[in-house]
Amino acid sequence: MLTGDKPKYFGLILAIAFSTFLMSHQMSIFVGLLDRTRSQIRDVQDARIWVMDPKTQYVDEVRALNYQSVYFVRGVDGVEWAAPLFKGIARAKGADGNFRNTILMGVDDATLTGLPQTFLAGDARSLLAPRAIAIDRVGYNYFFPGQPYAIGQELELGPLVMRIAAIVDASPPFVNLPVIYARYSEAIQTVGREPRQLSFILVKGRAGLDEGELCRRISERTGLKAMRADDFGRDTIWYYIRNTGIPINFGITISIALLVGALVSGQTFSLFILENMRYFGALKAIGVTNIRIVLMILLQAVVVFLIGYSLGISWTALFFELTKDNLELRGFRLLPEIMLITGGLVFSVVTAATVLSIRRMVVVDPAVVFRG
Amino acid sequence: MEMPLQTDTLAVRCRGVHKSFGEGATRLHVLRGVDFEARFGQMTFLLGPSGSGKTTLLSIIAGLLHHDEGSVTVLGRDLRKLRNGEGALFRLYNIGFVFQQFNLIPALTAAENAAVPLLAAGVPRRQALERARAMLADLGMAHRADVLPNKLSGGEQQRVAFARALIQNPKLVICDEPTSALDGPTGRHVMELLRKIAVQPDRAVVVVTHDARILDFADCVAEISDGVIHKVTCVEEEKEKC
Repeated sequence: MLTGDKPKYFGLILAIAFSTFLMSHQMSIFVGLLDRTRSQIRDVQDARIWVMDPKTQYVDEVRALNYQSVYFVRGVDGVEWAAPLFKGIARAKGADGNFRNTILMGVDDATLTGLPQTFLAGDARSLLAPRAIAIDRVGYNYFFPGQPYAIGQELELGPLVMRIAAIVDASPPFVNLPVIYARYSEAIQTVGREPRQLSFILVKGRAGLDEGELCRRISERTGLKAMRADDFGRDTIWYYIRNTGIPINFGITISIALLVGALVSGQTFSLFILENMRYFGALKAIGVTNIRIVLMILLQAVVVFLIGYSLGISWTALFFELTKDNLELRGFRLLPEIMLITGGLVFSVVTAATVLSIRRMVVVDPAVVFRG
Repeated sequence: MEMPLQTDTLAVRCRGVHKSFGEGATRLHVLRGVDFEARFGQMTFLLGPSGSGKTTLLSIIAGLLHHDEGSVTVLGRDLRKLRNGEGALFRLYNIGFVFQQFNLIPALTAAENAAVPLLAAGVPRRQALERARAMLADLGMAHRADVLPNKLSGGEQQRVAFARALIQNPKLVICDEPTSALDGPTGRHVMELLRKIAVQPDRAVVVVTHDARILDFADCVAEISDGVIHKVTCVEEEKEKC
């Protein structure tokens, strides 16, 4: 019946498709943004435990530790190794005078623990040379736009002139700043002289020892906060959820998409039922049961949902496919979970709109067909 | 599933039927002791002006509305005694409907529209469509079987509606103003067709109309006004009188 009214049919499909697109797109950006907040934690793949000041709430705001803490942590039973990690903001300046704030990560001089795993040029060992740094793709493209990945160029970091020894594929951070990796001893020289500069201690536990138990031991013995990387990442995400307007803004957009989808599909379904009331009346008069008519309408709703949802989710997938090489949008992608959640939400909207509209059909008196 | 029927010569028998709508001061007494009959093998017309109660009586005969007082027997069944759901089944298998506005479903072809009662009865689609095409062929519509209703003329749409009404081979056919949406010649043509294919010894046809141009197709005419049947004229009785 619905397919007989082409404008209404396509209008309904487009409304559902638009609603699906908006919801899945905004949810993907939202999830991608939150995932970015823990990017530095995720990039450290060789240590499973992070040790920090007890009052630290998230990765981007740290109170520096005394370097001796590294030795204390190493002395805890169950710790296989512990390495210092510096995290700070440093202003980098190119040879052409172009400058920008960067996220500077200072990794352990001896083990280079804390480096990302993917190198686009150079390798980890090249950082062992004096004044050597690794820069991520965003930073390289900022300071050397349009140039092929090559090492050897120089950047000023604070008072030091550093040489790019490697280009890495670091996860995109929450604030889209370039990420630079240097050895700990040189990284701390770039940000001025302060009594304490150790941000985190990265720890690997002995094989077979429960990480939770090791965290408990470290906290007990050193008075510092020790967390599994996953838990620290989760805490960082929750910090941003609680303390920024991100969830509210995205929540509003997603709600609007849901509302628009509900209103348009609800109104269209309602009009569809109203305009076809005499046909439903005729079917009821002929002897078609309410259940059969309801199933018929639900089938049409499901078909419309499937077509609209498939279209909308395809648009979102296409968007992220087309923008996957854009450095500003890297890390944003359509996750299967988002497809499922969006599908569930849109289906609920379509079902609710249909059920509310069906009520009118169920209560219609079949004798209406004799009233002209 | 066809329901067992008690049969006699009367397909419809109404005695002292009352029907009111509303309550208190707004109560409207639409039928005031209606006596009405429709016989098998005959086409019975129910004639009356707007507001006379003919649509209400038709709805009661069709089982779409319950009367307040009196008795209504359709094909030997007291429709008021049918339980929930039985009424729909009774109509599906025993009553064919022709509506004033045809009420053909716009998204379905002529054949699919004609097949609706069969499909609702659970007949497999292919078989239902074959029977619908055969019925449309009987009505001279074989070449229009795959056409959507909006591409059909008024007369053609009414013929599809006839096909839908007759496809289950019902014992009673109820027609509500079947010619009001048609011009004079087309109206007469569809009535000729209706008389030819619908009136059978084991089938009764009840036609509600106020179109005086088609009265000569009736075997009996019951005239209703102000909720009362005040005159019944049957062709056979008139012939006998002559």
